[in-house]
Amino acid sequence: MSRAHPVALHLGFLAVLFALGFVLPDYHHGNLARVMVLATYAIGYNLAFGYAGLLSLGHAMFFAAGMYGMGLAIRLFGADPALAMLAGLVAGLVLSLVVGALALRTAGVAFMIVTLMFAQAVYLTILLAGEWTRGDEGFVIQAAERVVLGVDLTGAMARYFAALGVFAVGLLAALRLVTHPFGKALVAIRENEERTRMLGYDTQRLKLGALAVSGTLSALAGAAYGLLFGYAGASFAGVQYSILPLLWVLLGGAGTAIGPFVGTLFMFYLIDLASGVTTAYMLIAGVVLVLLTLFAPQGIVGGARRLFPGWFP
Amino acid sequence: MEFGPHLMLAVLEGAVTAAVLSLTAVGLSLVFGVMRVVNVAHGEFFMLGAVLAWWIAGAFGGHAALGFLAALVVAPLAVGAMAVLADIVILKRIGYDPERTIVATIGLLYILQQVTLMSYGPEARPVAAPFNTRLALPWVEWGEAGPALYWPWGLSITSYKLAVIGAAVAVLVGVWAVMTRTRIGLVMRATQLDRDMALAFGIPVERVYALVFGFGAALAALAAVLIVPISQAHYLMGGDPLLLSFIVVIIGGLGSLPGTVVAALLIGLSDGVISVFFSPTLAKILATLLVALVLVFRPQGLFGARAA
Repeated sequence: MSRAHPVALHLGFLAVLFALGFVLPDYHHGNLARVMVLATYAIGYNLAFGYAGLLSLGHAMFFAAGMYGMGLAIRLFGADPALAMLAGLVAGLVLSLVVGALALRTAGVAFMIVTLMFAQAVYLTILLAGEWTRGDEGFVIQAAERVVLGVDLTGAMARYFAALGVFAVGLLAALRLVTHPFGKALVAIRENEERTRMLGYDTQRLKLGALAVSGTLSALAGAAYGLLFGYAGASFAGVQYSILPLLWVLLGGAGTAIGPFVGTLFMFYLIDLASGVTTAYMLIAGVVLVLLTLFAPQGIVGGARRLFPGWFP
Repeated sequence: MEFGPHLMLAVLEGAVTAAVLSLTAVGLSLVFGVMRVVNVAHGEFFMLGAVLAWWIAGAFGGHAALGFLAALVVAPLAVGAMAVLADIVILKRIGYDPERTIVATIGLLYILQQVTLMSYGPEARPVAAPFNTRLALPWVEWGEAGPALYWPWGLSITSYKLAVIGAAVAVLVGVWAVMTRTRIGLVMRATQLDRDMALAFGIPVERVYALVFGFGAALAALAAVLIVPISQAHYLMGGDPLLLSFIVVIIGGLGSLPGTVVAALLIGLSDGVISVFFSPTLAKILATLLVALVLVFRPQGLFGARAA
């Protein structure tokens, strides 16, 4: 095997997705747009879980912060969509800093439960503020309000390439971060926090940084999802949307840049197939989770990394 | 109704909640205490208990009490056996690693819930209570001729609800007796204190783990059988007990049984009182945030003595 070129590999991957935008049939075209936005969410989750080893069970609150930060800015204040996106990002950043400052005082199992509880509180708050958020029912973002910088996002083509743009930002940001000393320090924390602290790293600040980047990326995905598909609802803040990124990342390969996309794509089509057969399609998610923890804790790309070392950072 | 009788009603309803909650939470706490793992599927074992109770009660003809009594015995045993199987097939193989156990039990949660949806269906179904006499309760009023009893309209409780409280107390005393007075309890406590030392003394730790996991699930199922004549059996009913049990176990100090029972009383009663007088959603938000902050600033719980 010759020298590894991970950046070239991932750019090539983005180019393939770009080309697919012109050739895919309608149904898969729409699905792939959805998968790319959700994969951005998974990339955000992976930064905290896969690299820094922070197993959060409450990332839906960041996804929802982006979605509702964006959606409410449009619905209540009639903000410009580009500005509303920014509002979503800021909401995600602020929430992740606040939650991080509190939750990072705990570790391990306690961290999982604390993040779960905070996410539950956010979810219930969305229900409580039903007057503005319309609770479970959610609200539609009108087609007229989904024109960003002159591009109408209601068209299938525009939507696909906007989703690709969001995904590219997420993927390249993650790739840059994890090949950077910051990312290496996060991996060191995951492997042995005591030793990393002994080496002089401020692990608490590094973890807070990881959670902030992770939360903001999740919020970006949430805001983009709301804007591209024209809907914001409380179900996106529920427990299920905290579990799903964990599932996607585990399936694709935790601690790999491309793994979240692979896992999301795989799971999306698996659930799509299963929901044609039965309404109990989450059964598939459960079975996959159990099988993964039992037999393949490394995931798909984790396995590929062992075959081709250096290509999948 | 005036404030006094209204409050008494709220306290009585809260006591029923507390009774059922303490059984469920003690099950969760036992698993956490001895095995040091968090069982996210605990709420689904609760749900299975209720669904099995409906199924068993339906299979028995004759008087309602007969089917219910059968459910009370069979459902916890069946659910416990299922949990033991899950422990052997899944948890044992991942070596009880705390984080992987959480992920695996999340998977188990979806499997149990969705299989129930496929077989039992999305309907909520009732189970008839074995006895259900409505008992009017008196209230004291100070009139001109001194204190006098009267029976305010609406202040009543059913005999079954009182029986639930009684049964929960009896079971809790039983659990306490098993843990402190029997050999199997001694073995469990030894495993909890020091797993490696217990192993060195020839205690079959893995068998103890499977037993504890089954016992914890059986307690949740028992709680569900008790509550199902009051609420109903539904495939999504495991969510709330799971969250509340988490809250109780954390407030009571992870792994401490007396703390868990005290916290269950506290949470159950305040839940009853708050949801009568305030918005239940707001109450839930405050309770959830409070628990998160307890865990952040006092990880040993309010009643726990040593660090978790």
